[in-house]
Amino acid sequence: MEIDPNRRRVTAPGYHPPEELPTISGDRGLDHEEKLIFEIGRDGVTGVDLPNVQVAATRLGGQQRRAAIGLPGLSEPEVIRHYVRLSRMNYAIDSGLYPLGSCTMKHNPRLNEKMARLPGFGDLHPLAPASATQGALELISQLMNWLTQLTGMPAVAMSPKAGAHGELCGLLAIRAAIQARGETRPRILVPESAHGTNPATAAFAGFTVDEVPAKPDGRVDAEALKAKLGPDVAAIMLTNPNTCGLFEGEIIEIAKAVHAAGAYFYCDGANFNAIAGRVRPGDLGIDAMHINLHKTFSTPHGGGGPGAGPVVLSAALAPFAPIPLLVADKNGFRLVEDSNAVPAGTKPFGRMCAFHGQMGMFVRALSYMLSHGRDGVRQASEDAVLSANYILASLKDVMTAPFGDGPCMHEALFDDSFLEGTGVTTLDFAKAMIDEGYHPMTMYFPLVVHGAMLIEPTESESKGSLDAFIHVLREMALEAKAGKTARFAGAPRLAPRRRLDETQAARKPVLRWKRDELPQAAE
Amino acid sequence: MRYLPLSDTDRSAMLARIGAPDMDALFRDVPRAAHVKLSAFNLPDMQGELEVDRALTKLAAKNIAAGAGPFFCGAGAYKHHVPSAVDHLIQRSEFLTSYTPYQPEIAQGTLQYLFEFQTQVALLTGMEVANASLYDGSTATAEAVMMAQRLTRRGKAILSGGLHPHYAQTVDTVAGLQGEIARSAVTPGKAEDIISLIDDQTACVVVQSPDVFGLIRNLRPIAEAAHAKGALLIAVVTEAVSLGLLESPGAQGADIVAAEGQSIGNGLNFGGPYVGLFATKEKFLRQMPGRLTGETVDVDGRRGYVLTLSTREQHIRREKATSNICTNSGLCTLAFTIHLSLLGEEGFTRLARLNHAKASALADRLAAIPGVELMTEAFFNEFTIKLPKPAAPIVDALAKKGVLAGVPVSRLMPHDKAMENLLIIAATETNTDDDFAALERALKEVL
Repeated sequence: MEIDPNRRRVTAPGYHPPEELPTISGDRGLDHEEKLIFEIGRDGVTGVDLPNVQVAATRLGGQQRRAAIGLPGLSEPEVIRHYVRLSRMNYAIDSGLYPLGSCTMKHNPRLNEKMARLPGFGDLHPLAPASATQGALELISQLMNWLTQLTGMPAVAMSPKAGAHGELCGLLAIRAAIQARGETRPRILVPESAHGTNPATAAFAGFTVDEVPAKPDGRVDAEALKAKLGPDVAAIMLTNPNTCGLFEGEIIEIAKAVHAAGAYFYCDGANFNAIAGRVRPGDLGIDAMHINLHKTFSTPHGGGGPGAGPVVLSAALAPFAPIPLLVADKNGFRLVEDSNAVPAGTKPFGRMCAFHGQMGMFVRALSYMLSHGRDGVRQASEDAVLSANYILASLKDVMTAPFGDGPCMHEALFDDSFLEGTGVTTLDFAKAMIDEGYHPMTMYFPLVVHGAMLIEPTESESKGSLDAFIHVLREMALEAKAGKTARFAGAPRLAPRRRLDETQAARKPVLRWKRDELPQAAE
Repeated sequence: MRYLPLSDTDRSAMLARIGAPDMDALFRDVPRAAHVKLSAFNLPDMQGELEVDRALTKLAAKNIAAGAGPFFCGAGAYKHHVPSAVDHLIQRSEFLTSYTPYQPEIAQGTLQYLFEFQTQVALLTGMEVANASLYDGSTATAEAVMMAQRLTRRGKAILSGGLHPHYAQTVDTVAGLQGEIARSAVTPGKAEDIISLIDDQTACVVVQSPDVFGLIRNLRPIAEAAHAKGALLIAVVTEAVSLGLLESPGAQGADIVAAEGQSIGNGLNFGGPYVGLFATKEKFLRQMPGRLTGETVDVDGRRGYVLTLSTREQHIRREKATSNICTNSGLCTLAFTIHLSLLGEEGFTRLARLNHAKASALADRLAAIPGVELMTEAFFNEFTIKLPKPAAPIVDALAKKGVLAGVPVSRLMPHDKAMENLLIIAATETNTDDDFAALERALKEVL
């Protein structure tokens, strides 16, 4: 018998793998099904040993809990096994290439985790006196310096807790700046290729949203945008590099036109990882841009957060940054938390959240920056762009790239025209990648392309890893085009679950576990 | 560079496949004027792990960690013991380095724990449904106010004077765009009259319990008064452990609960990341912000979980979404749900009782010091005392002795002279009798 080292499978002619027999347990080898904690736990068991103290209710204002909560009891070994089993149902960057365009799933260095857990950071109270927090404030100051240097912007607001929160912060600063000029400008221009958070944030901040079309080359239509500018426009929100993975080459002229119309330029910085160390947004005429520390600076995505979204600001918007403000004087660093006692020339628009932002993410991001240095940050951007172009160049003859041969930035965009007439959809194609051991790419986004597939490899993949990925996607595309669609219909077949019924989930929402009610008597 | 797998040979081979002469060719769409050289950045070059570790450890050492000595700070962030299993489990690669579970077939781990988390939050708060978290308690409170504004089609929100001032400022900044934000007067440690402020323009009343001074509030009469005028009651909880001992907000008639979940499973982290808990009644579901996980089945009929009701959310609804939130507090919800699973009913209720017992013992001890007055009549694990002199300088003086004595009210309400002498003190299961003795001794020395 011969074993193919790449496939770990017996390939001798005439060899047939054993047929799959249902197991008695329902589990399959290392694949374990796992019940809910509420179905495992029972009374009289706990995973934390604590003294059984009785308290007098007299100090509780008569508000003592009367009913039990209903939490299940589990011992520590049961809890550990539960979550370890759950973890094994997840795909992760650490286990494979995660080409989610726009999401930037790059390697998360473990040094950063260790640094965030130093007691001086992880066990530090946000309202401890300034004398007890000088190191933390100095860290924030260093991170602010990195962010302003890399972006070429004079100021940064640190408190926003994620990208969308940063967008809100930027728009509120713009709103305050416009009010300070004694004007009202209700309209915000957003390209149709924008992330959903952009129009949502604009509406959230009380503006009306006006969409700007894209040109056939995937860039925003600058002429259409200029035509929409007027005295009622507060700002434009543009992503650059944009969500098609392309650099907006006319950005400087756009910024000039926006400023000439008295409006501000908000840039969605979700794709800053393509240009960090090579291009400074400040040189492009941008007034505000959030930076997703969980994308560009690799703080872990954690299954959907926590993120961090500091916002760099131009000189025009800097005075309006929200409290708290970090200042340094002869006594060291301190936070200005009182909007009535701010430094001269500042007019904070308010407060984004309690305390001072995502410190745990700040530590990780600074650890990433210090490790990479300015040269490593630049190299990371270049490698991300190189890897995306390598994928584009290696797949464009079998898949379809809607915006031609030009170089892309950090992500390669394909549409579904290569699947036309095959009966295979973008969704089928993406789900079949799961069976091949890959997380799907971003699908059906951006909206400006039919059946979009947005691939972002990041700088964290070796050439060998990229080649293996390219090989699989090529074979899949060729099979689909040859009418061999078996692997697409009903994919994935090999994941912990096959396709889930999302319609049922939405129609009759079951959003929590409930103890089974007694069966109703038949009528 | 240790994090970058491509060698120069790889890079050359890749450029050749692309047909680009060099890296600059890939950046050709960038306007010429916008290319910068490395020397444009006044920043250091790459460093090894050892050097970075050394630099950051040095910075961390300039801070006084909560665990370094007697520690009594609260006011919205609390020091609790987090079992070792929690941090071990949340650092599993499959949790730490996964994205939002948009591909449910390969994200059941995240989706199932979010479903369990939603159930736990609903149980703790006494509400029917909970979401998969928001950023923190303060932003959850602002979202709750905006949700009430949408539900009632009214603009006015009344915030209790006992609401954490940072929360009130956050609400003001964001929800203030949609309507008037009124604030009731505050008497530290006593329940203020908020009911008389409710009128038929009121969208919601926001009451924190225990409030920022530690006072436990009775929400029932406020809920009744709000409902009589067609307004909603938003209950805010900044110390989630209190829910183990106190009547749940849901049982008291709250319509929306916005809470800070940091106390369970999550460290102090100098203010973030934390985890916003958000729960409401089923009838308000369609106006609820944030992600929701729901149960369903796959094509083989096996139970599974998906993100659901996303037609409320920004990536589908764009400018018509209920909120702009995208990323939430995924890994912090995991820490929360693991810690609470370890505690269970017995552990959680014992933990809550222990916290109250510790705080009661400390309150008695401090109230016995001449010149010190206990202001909070009913409290959970936090109370306010009045000192004979301004509290902030005393806190600074005690910090020099290695005792972090609490949060001076002047830090939160800086322009109120009447608050100058007040100090908010929290005690948890982490405090020992030695800590109490140290605080008592240090206070006596400076008073």
